[in-house]
Amino acid sequence: MNAKKQPFLLLVARHSVMIALAVMFVAPVLFLALTSFMTSDQALTSQLWPTTWHPENYADAFSRAPLLRYLLNTVLYAGLATVFMLLASVPAAYGLAKLRWRGRQTTMIAIICMMMLPPQVTTVPLYLFWADAGLTGSLWPLILPMLAGDAFSIFLLRQFMLTIPDEYLDAARVDGAGEWRTLWQVIVPMARPGIAAAAMFQFFYAWNDYYGPLLYASENEQAWTVSLGLAGFRSLHHVEWHLVSAATMLTILPVLVVFFFAQKAFVQGVTLTGVKG
Amino acid sequence: MATVVRAGAGSPGTSRLLSLRTRRRLTPYVFVAPVLLGLVVFLVYPLLAAVYFSFTRFNMIEAPEWVGLDNWRFLLTDDNVVKAARNTLWLVVVMVPARMLGALLTAILLNQVKRGRSAYRTLFYLPALAPPVAATLAFVLLLKPGTGPVSTLLSHLGVSDPPLWFNDPDWSKPSLVLLALWGVGDLMMIFVAALLDVPVELHEAAALDGAGTWQRFRYVTLPGISPVLLFAAITGIIGTLQYFTQAAVAASVASGAVTGGGGISDTFGYPNGSTFTYPLWLYVVGFRYHVLGYANVLAVVLFAVSITGTLILLRRFREYAK
Repeated sequence: MNAKKQPFLLLVARHSVMIALAVMFVAPVLFLALTSFMTSDQALTSQLWPTTWHPENYADAFSRAPLLRYLLNTVLYAGLATVFMLLASVPAAYGLAKLRWRGRQTTMIAIICMMMLPPQVTTVPLYLFWADAGLTGSLWPLILPMLAGDAFSIFLLRQFMLTIPDEYLDAARVDGAGEWRTLWQVIVPMARPGIAAAAMFQFFYAWNDYYGPLLYASENEQAWTVSLGLAGFRSLHHVEWHLVSAATMLTILPVLVVFFFAQKAFVQGVTLTGVKG
Repeated sequence: MATVVRAGAGSPGTSRLLSLRTRRRLTPYVFVAPVLLGLVVFLVYPLLAAVYFSFTRFNMIEAPEWVGLDNWRFLLTDDNVVKAARNTLWLVVVMVPARMLGALLTAILLNQVKRGRSAYRTLFYLPALAPPVAATLAFVLLLKPGTGPVSTLLSHLGVSDPPLWFNDPDWSKPSLVLLALWGVGDLMMIFVAALLDVPVELHEAAALDGAGTWQRFRYVTLPGISPVLLFAAITGIIGTLQYFTQAAVAASVASGAVTGGGGISDTFGYPNGSTFTYPLWLYVVGFRYHVLGYANVLAVVLFAVSITGTLILLRRFREYAK
């Protein structure tokens, strides 16, 4: 805050508050993790610490429900959605950030409207659309639209590309590079952190999505994602909190792992979407 | 460089140059073509279709039949929509300010520590990444009446009659607010960045003029971050209007009922309709009862409310769309 040295007591007070907050943020997952190692009986008591440790609960969770299948479906959904989204959104963001053309502003307004649109508004017509195409009962109605880009990602990527100085583009153009080459050789390398952030947001969105898979895939258990499976798993084994906890931890862990490897890009991305006025 | 010379030297009338110019003019459209197509298929078409369907009666099987204003008249007599809208309104009024206050407070605290700041920031942010279904399960377990750790802690602290949380109609929505506060990290990160953008000189000038901490917050910090606050409020409201997953999962888990596909069933709204939100009612009408005409009435109303917020945002931040 300022150059003055903080009084020692104030420093201690501040850190005490921070540590208390940190405990509150961590406690729910910690509690879940501890419960996932308990016996089924202990999980029903008010004890916090496992009296005996049972890592086999995780293997047990896999045997109770096709968790592996759910995980594969989710990876497929999240992975393809992310790749498709990038293929369409990166060029579009470039067009919106750096090129002049008629209809650009209208397109930008439409993209912002789409970004803010509650998914339930268009649910019924889109469901009928995909039912006509014979694709309900699968995750394709959630993956294929990404070939047309994702509004939020386009917005994020455009905001990022706006920060790239035009001089770099002019230099490339003077050197005779076409727009595609400029995009590929100048913009993409410079926008890499933005692209990484957009990719991760998309991946996590798909990984965490519940409404979409519920709408299109709940009728076909072969196509379930982890979120759908987890909600269903609970109802099948609702008194077995130790297994429910293990299954829940399994959906959280991949997110944590990815986050720790890509923290920087993430932080940058979150900050960027807060957009200054 | 050679290209520049050639382009400059060539007479502007050559067909080669013209085609190049045309190509230059068309390239942007090639870049955005998939997105433009997507906007038509996934935004314009379904919006128009929803409006049209709202004047028809149909289920999944038979073709839509025009019924004029029947569905819209039904809206005025629908008790469930009143209940659902009231719950959603409650969440908007309580959850959005709670999240904003929580995010602002943690962001301010975070900006005041130097040592360990990034570690704290990561810890505060992480819960925002947890899958909503998983987070909701964790909170139902955490707030389990009787043996849950929070209830245990409260009884140790001498609270003789701790709330039943997700199992009590009066406490189920506050429990959802706690869950939302746990995931406040995304908003906090935005506020952290916004606070750092407030010029230090302004703070120093105000301090020189004898402004205290509160006055500096009120007259320097708040105006400095007000655009971000507005952004957060509107996106928060629109986000809460679509509140679905946590309400559905919390009701299903807390009820303890055995349910079918994906955990959705008649447990919607448990306990006693207290978590029954507007999008849940839309889902039930459309995909359980297959009354698609009326489901689209609900969709159009939701659109009208949310687009108002979007328009305010667009007006305030014209530079977004420049």
